[in-house]
Parts: sequence; structure tokens; C-alpha cells
Amino acid sequence: MLAVVITVAPLGFSNSYYYDVAVNAMFNAIVCVGLNLLIGYAGQISLGHAGFFALGAYGSALLTASWGLPPIAAMLISATVVGLLAFVVGRPILKLKGHYLAMATLGIGIIIHIVLKTEAKITGGPDGMSVDNFSLLGFTVMGDRMWYWVVGILLILTVWLALNLIDSPVGRALRAVHGSEVGAEVVGVDTSSYKVLVFVVSAVFASMVGSLFAHKNGFITPDIGSFMHSVELVVMVVLGGMASVFGALIGAVILTLLPQFLAVVEQYEAMILGAIMMGTMIFLPKGLLPSIVSAFKRREGGQ
Amino acid sequence: MRNLTRFGAAFVVATSVYGAAGVALAADPIKIGSILSVTGPASFLGEPEKKTLEMYVERINKDGGVQGRKVELVVYDDGGAGEKATTFTKRLIESDKVDILIGGTTTGTTMAAVPLAERGQTPFISLAGGVNIVEPVKKWVFKTPHTDRMAAEKVFSDMKKKGLTKIALISEDAGFGKSGHDQSLAVAKNFGIEIVADEVYSPKDPDVTAQLTKIKNAAGVQAVFNFGFGQGPAIVTKNFKQLGMSVPLYQSHGVASKDYIKLAGDASEGVRLPASGLVVPDQLGATDPQKPVVTAFKKDYETAFKSDVSTFAGHAYDGLQIALAAVLRAGSTDKAKVRDEIEKTSGYVGTGGLVSMSATDHMGLSPSAFHMVEIRKGDWLLSD
Amino acid sequence: MFAAFLQYLFSGLTSGAIYALAGLGFAIIYNSSHVINFAQGEFIMIGGMATATMVAAGLPLPLAIALSMLASMMVGVALEKFAIEPARNSDVVTIIIITIGASIFLRGAAQILWDKEFHSLPAFSGETPIGVFGATLMPQSLWVFGVSGAVIVALWWFFNRTMFGKAMLGTSHNRLAAQLVGVGVKKVLLASFALSALLGAVGGVVVTPITFTNYEAGIMLGLKGFSAAVLGGLGNGGGAIVGGLIVGIAEALASGYLSSAYKDAIAFIIILFVLFFMPNGLFGKRGTDRV
Repeated sequence: MLAVVITVAPLGFSNSYYYDVAVNAMFNAIVCVGLNLLIGYAGQISLGHAGFFALGAYGSALLTASWGLPPIAAMLISATVVGLLAFVVGRPILKLKGHYLAMATLGIGIIIHIVLKTEAKITGGPDGMSVDNFSLLGFTVMGDRMWYWVVGILLILTVWLALNLIDSPVGRALRAVHGSEVGAEVVGVDTSSYKVLVFVVSAVFASMVGSLFAHKNGFITPDIGSFMHSVELVVMVVLGGMASVFGALIGAVILTLLPQFLAVVEQYEAMILGAIMMGTMIFLPKGLLPSIVSAFKRREGGQ
Repeated sequence: MRNLTRFGAAFVVATSVYGAAGVALAADPIKIGSILSVTGPASFLGEPEKKTLEMYVERINKDGGVQGRKVELVVYDDGGAGEKATTFTKRLIESDKVDILIGGTTTGTTMAAVPLAERGQTPFISLAGGVNIVEPVKKWVFKTPHTDRMAAEKVFSDMKKKGLTKIALISEDAGFGKSGHDQSLAVAKNFGIEIVADEVYSPKDPDVTAQLTKIKNAAGVQAVFNFGFGQGPAIVTKNFKQLGMSVPLYQSHGVASKDYIKLAGDASEGVRLPASGLVVPDQLGATDPQKPVVTAFKKDYETAFKSDVSTFAGHAYDGLQIALAAVLRAGSTDKAKVRDEIEKTSGYVGTGGLVSMSATDHMGLSPSAFHMVEIRKGDWLLSD
Repeated sequence: MFAAFLQYLFSGLTSGAIYALAGLGFAIIYNSSHVINFAQGEFIMIGGMATATMVAAGLPLPLAIALSMLASMMVGVALEKFAIEPARNSDVVTIIIITIGASIFLRGAAQILWDKEFHSLPAFSGETPIGVFGATLMPQSLWVFGVSGAVIVALWWFFNRTMFGKAMLGTSHNRLAAQLVGVGVKKVLLASFALSALLGAVGGVVVTPITFTNYEAGIMLGLKGFSAAVLGGLGNGGGAIVGGLIVGIAEALASGYLSSAYKDAIAFIIILFVLFFMPNGLFGKRGTDRV
């Protein structure tokens, strides 16, 4: 179904600005599908994923610019480094619970942001740095249209991967961790390993998208690693619907489009955005998609 | 692109049938697109810029527009984030199909928009300070404010005149301060100035006495130079006085607004900084060509918004004037022609100074555009 | 050398006391509802902005302070009534998103109601620095210490000596049991929001002469306050104060002796280390996991 939507949507795009927004929406969707594995399925919050996203972006930018590595290699190396980093910090951090975990992940995100901002000799500092196009085997991805199809395919792949992961034994273990960690441990699930695993997976997702984003945008600033961006990602997941792959996807798309629509109301933008966030969570506490689905089910049951 | 060619074809048909090209053209508004940081950390720059653009566009339209064409302004708020600036610039070029871009409140948002303006072949006048916007020269990109390098040079030459050679730098770690800091380091040597202490603070730090104490204890500091904007420099100034530091304190052009004096209060007494003539219109010499321009602009702004004029508002005013003058000279909104005309801007007297651009200089301000001012009894005193 | 150290310490204490006041607000709401209110920083902003604009408009300072405390309390009550209460039984994450939404909403409202410029208040007891062994301290910093101390004492008295305070504490320990003995949980929640909004406004008023304020001032204060509350152990008022002071002093010492560019990062590294070894913060209660 997703494939159909992605194929049909461009019919409504009259210029490359629409493609640009759509690509950004899909980038966010990929990150959120990954993050949702952590938040929605394993029940662990992270307020630092923008840091991983930014590391991926800067990793690619630096490796291609100063070392002359091909973009694909730069992307994979960055993702590996981010994965390792997530693995190293994941063990101690994921022992923490609830708000303490939120604090710790937030701290890591902010530290990454500060490093990117301060090491101006390498990263260009707060004014950012430019990044070359993405090319693979002599074939260069350029222009919003081409990016749209490439990222569209990646999104479908991501969703397929996520759905498979959730139905695998790993996925079942994760849900057990979410339901009751102690319970899961009692029945012999190595909860901390699973939590770290999914933390690493979601960080790698964020890093890879960060790399692609850097190539596509052509210019990055440390702000992509800011606390606000981390919060934005979590809001996308929760608003769309936790523990639902398509929920996270819809949340990402809506929250990417919303500021574009609200740009016309100018100064009221922040108020309306805040009100929509509050309203959605008050009236649809499980998130958009799950709430709508259960409403449908109820109606069908009633008939 | 396809839409454009189709439109072009239809247009050719229409004009050949009716032969009334002039009338058809006159109805088309001149579209100016603007990305500004109306919210976020740079909002007190972006906000006056937006208000200024809106006020003058409205006024120009009331007076009949430019060559009988109305001016249409589209403003998007990028919140100071480069990534948002990219998307909105694309929207302005591709979707709103603007003729000219004015904006980019900060160097970061400007640099994010630059590749798009270049690719979209749209003239782009930036309102940000970073010297890397116009160096190296980019075909479609111009800017109105003084560069941070010019500010540093002005301050250093003033120090040199006073025989101050060993100084301490304290700067904000966000875009404006960081880039000013780097430029200061780069040009200090040219003035025989040695930087013996180098500290930074975050824009929202409640207290910077720790950094200043370090500077105070560094050997041989003869003056302190602070690069930043917003509440940071005001806190630096207050803490500076709290510690009883007696060396001269220099600020950058980032604090050239009355708000700074208001926030820092008595502590701002004696602070020196580079600023454009806009802050001291009454003190400019009677023969100064800038005098009537800045006096009029200050009056317009202050009567319309009941708040003190800032130099940032002036940058937006200059940008708009340069753009519309170029359209007037080009006789159309053909992007390539307008670009050429902007580059030919010569002898324009703006709020920032005298502007004469060329193929190698897309800013066109000479160092003399800056005046050194000192704060005396809560007001600016021209002191060079 | 000692004078420099003392100055760093004063600098840290000034920032730390500000963070501590922000952290206290988090602690109060967490105590009675287990909610982390990310709009806490906005209460502080409202207190500062409202007072500053009213003073600028010519109102006497005490009246302006009283009115803005009232205004902030009303915002707190409204937030609880219309946003938190309807979602009371939702997930923790859901409520976090609601409070983040509320903070964005309040910032948006503030920029329209007031403006985007920075505002200040005159210092309460002048601007003559006090010299101590070669270091200096502003009188306003003493106001911040004094108010933080007074707030702690008042809160202790409220929670341990008044019926209503005890009821609030009881609710935090066991909501169902409190309900059974006739404590109105809804009323307690409402009171906790009103109280922390009030506290935020007080904080905003005493801090504004030092840091100034604008519509976005709440972001930083909220972040630091949250860090202080978590470091001290959630739900522990004294812990939040200690946490705030540690963060402030760590930042000042780091910029004095290490690197001012990395002072924030150093503060966060300290928090991370504490959490690695004390997963419930410095003074937090050890949680037991229920199956």
C-alpha cells in the first residue's frame, strides 16, 4: 500500500519544492520507524537521536570532503562508528529507567551537538559546512525528483525490515521488555541485550538517514543535532502512534508537512503547533493511527 | 520548468494576438521572497527586518509601486535553522516563483540558501554579516551589512591608535560570535595585536564572571573585545563591571541597538564599538551624505513601531532599496538583468554606508562605513 | 589564586541557584503526579516577562510581582485542568508530549502578547558588588540564594506541617490509598501545578535582573531545571537544589580551569557519570519494579 502511495503521490507535485518536502518527510519517516522500535516496542525513550543523525551527516560530510572517500563508504563507516558508539553508551544508559533514561540520552545528544559546534576547524562551526552530491558507481543522485524515488525505495525497504523484525523472536522479546521488564527477565529474556540491540539499530537508522540528508541538502549546520530536533523526532513517533510502524511513518509525514502549512499564519505558527500537539495527545492518547484504527474496529464491531 | 515554458508559449500567443505586452506586464507584481529568522535565537534581528520590509513594501505600493508594478512580499520564518532555510528557499524559488530573494538573517541560514539561489539563478541579497557569504564571490549572491571582519578591523585599528596591543577575546559560541571570533583571530596580526586570552560563553549563560576572571588574571591584558549579540554582551558588560575590571571594553556591531544600553545599564558607560551612522544620525557632519538617509529611516521606523531603530532593520531597508533600484534600471524582472544591475549598484547611500558594488565585490561597503562610537550617559557618542 | 577560585565558586553559585529554583518546580509536580512538566521553564519566563513589562508600564514592583504570580498560577491551573487532567491515565511519554506542546504554545503566546526583545528588571538592592576575599558577588545573587532557601523552608513546612501538604505527599506515595482515605487526587494535582507555577514566577522575578528575559528564556531554564531535578533525584526538593548547585558550580569551574567552550558538555558528563552509578540520582528513592 505504501508503495502505491509513494508512486501515486508525485502526480500532485507541480514543482520540485513539493518533492523536496516529500523527501524530507520520508527521511524523517525512516528515522522514526527506527526510533519507534526503541520507543514504541521496547518502551525506552531517547531524547538524543538527533545527535546520531548529526554524527551520520557530519561523518559523511567530512569523510567525503577531506578524505575523498566515496559517499557510500563514508555512509557505512559513519553508521558503523555511530553503531559502536551507541553500543558502548547503550549498556550503562539503558539500565536507567523513565525520566532518568530521558536525561541520559538528552545529555549524550547535547554533548554531540556541543562538539560539532565547537570544533569549527573540522566542522565549520555553527555556520555549517557544505556537502557534495551522492554518487555510486559513477551514477550521481541529483535533483529532488531522483532523490524522491531513491528515498521512496529506501523507505519501503525500511518498513519491510521493521515489520519483519517485529514479527521475529527479537520483536516478541522486545514487546515483553515493554510489557514488563522483570517479567521478561523471569522467563529468561536477556532484556538488557535486546534493549541495547534495538538502541543500536535505531541509532544506525538515524545515522544513515543523516548521511543521506547531508548529501541531499548539500549544506548542514550543527542544529540538526540539537535537543529540539531530538524532541521533534520523539513527537513524530508518539503523535503518529507508538508501537505501530505505519503510525510512526504517518507522524513523521504530518509533522514535516505541518510547519509548511503553518508558515502562512506566521506569528501564530507556534501556538497552533503546540495546540495541535496537546489536542492530539489528549483526545487520541495512543497516537493518531492506533486511535483511528481502534475507532474503526469498534464501529465495525457495533454493526 | 515545463509550466514556465507553457506559460511562455501562451504568453507569446497572447502578445502576438493582442499586441499589448506592456499592459500585461504592468499587471504582474514584482515578487520578493524573504527567509528571515523571525523566531529563534536571532529573532530580535529577524523581527525588525521583517517589519521593515513589510512597512516599505506597503508604502511603495501605496505610492504606485515600481514602474506601475506592485511589489509582493513573501516572508517565511526559518527559526534560525539552516535546514528550514533550505526548504523555504526552495519554496520561494520553485513554488512562489519569486524574482528576487532578500534575507538570510544569519550567516548559517544564508549559506544554506546560497546553493539554491545559485542553482535557481535568482538574485539573492543577504542580510547577514559573515564574510564568507561574499568571499569568494558567488555570481547570484550579494549582501548589505558590514562583515564581521570589517568590525574586527575597525576595533583593532582603534586599539592600535590607543596603543593597546595585548587583548583578550570573549565571544559567544553561536554563529555570529563564533564567526566574529575566527575573523578577529585572522586579522589581529595585521594590526600588531596579540590575543593573550580567548574565552567563550553560551548565548543563554546567566553568568560569565568565571570566564572574565580568567581574563582578568591573564598577564598583560590591555583591553577586552566581546563578540556576540542578544543578552550575552549585556551580561558580559555587567559582570565586567562587577569584577571591577578597569581595562577598556570593546563590543562588536552586534550590540548597536539601544536595547543593549538599556539591558546593561550603567555598566555600559565607556564601552566602545563600531557602528553604522544609523545609530548617531544627529552627530554626523552636515555634509555627510548618509545624514538625510539615516535620519529619515530612523524617523520612519520609530514612528511606525514605537521602538528604537536597530541597524538590522537598516540592512533590510538597504537590501530592498538596492533590489528595487536594480529592477528599475533593468526595466524588467528578468533575473539575469536584475543580477547584473545589482552588481552595477554604485554610489547608493544606505543606512549602512556608501555602497558601490563590482564584479569582485558583492557587498560594496568601504571600511569608512563604520564609525567608532562610545557609550556616554546611556547614549551613543560618535568618537572618530 | 584563591580569589579566582572563590570567584568561580560565586559564579557557579549564582547560576546554580537559578537552575535550582527551576529544578524545584519539576520536583513539586513530579512529587504529586509523577509527571515531568516540560513547560516549567515557561512559568519562569511568564513570571519574568509579565513583571518586567508591567514595571516598564509604570506599575510599582511589588504589585507587578503579585499580579504576575497570579497570572502564572492561572496558567498553571489551566494547563492542569485542560491538558493534564483529561490525559491523566495515559502513558508517561504521552504526557511528556503534552507538556512539550504546552511549552511551545506558551512561547508562541508570549511572543504575540509581548514581543521578542529582551527585558530586564532593576536589581532589588542596587548594583554595588560585594567584595569577599578579593572576589565579588552581586546583591541580586544573594536574593536568589535567599529566595531559594526560603522556598525550601516554606515547602518543607507545607508538606510536613499542613493537612493539605501531607495529603499531597500521600498522593505521591500511593494514589489509590490516598483516594480511599478521602484525599481528592484531582485537587492535589491542581494544587501542585498552581504551586509550581507560582514558584516558577517567583524564580522568574528574582532571576530577571541577572539574566534578563525574553519569550524563549524558558527553554534554557527548563533544560537546566530538568537536569538539576534528575541529578538530585526526582521528587526530592532538596535534591533538586543540590543538583542545580552542582551543575552551576561544575560549569563555572570547568570554564575557569578547563575550557569555557566545553563547560556545558562537562556538566552533562558529570550528570551521566552520577546516573551510571546512582541510577535514581543523588537522593532519589530506589524504585522497585512491579511485575
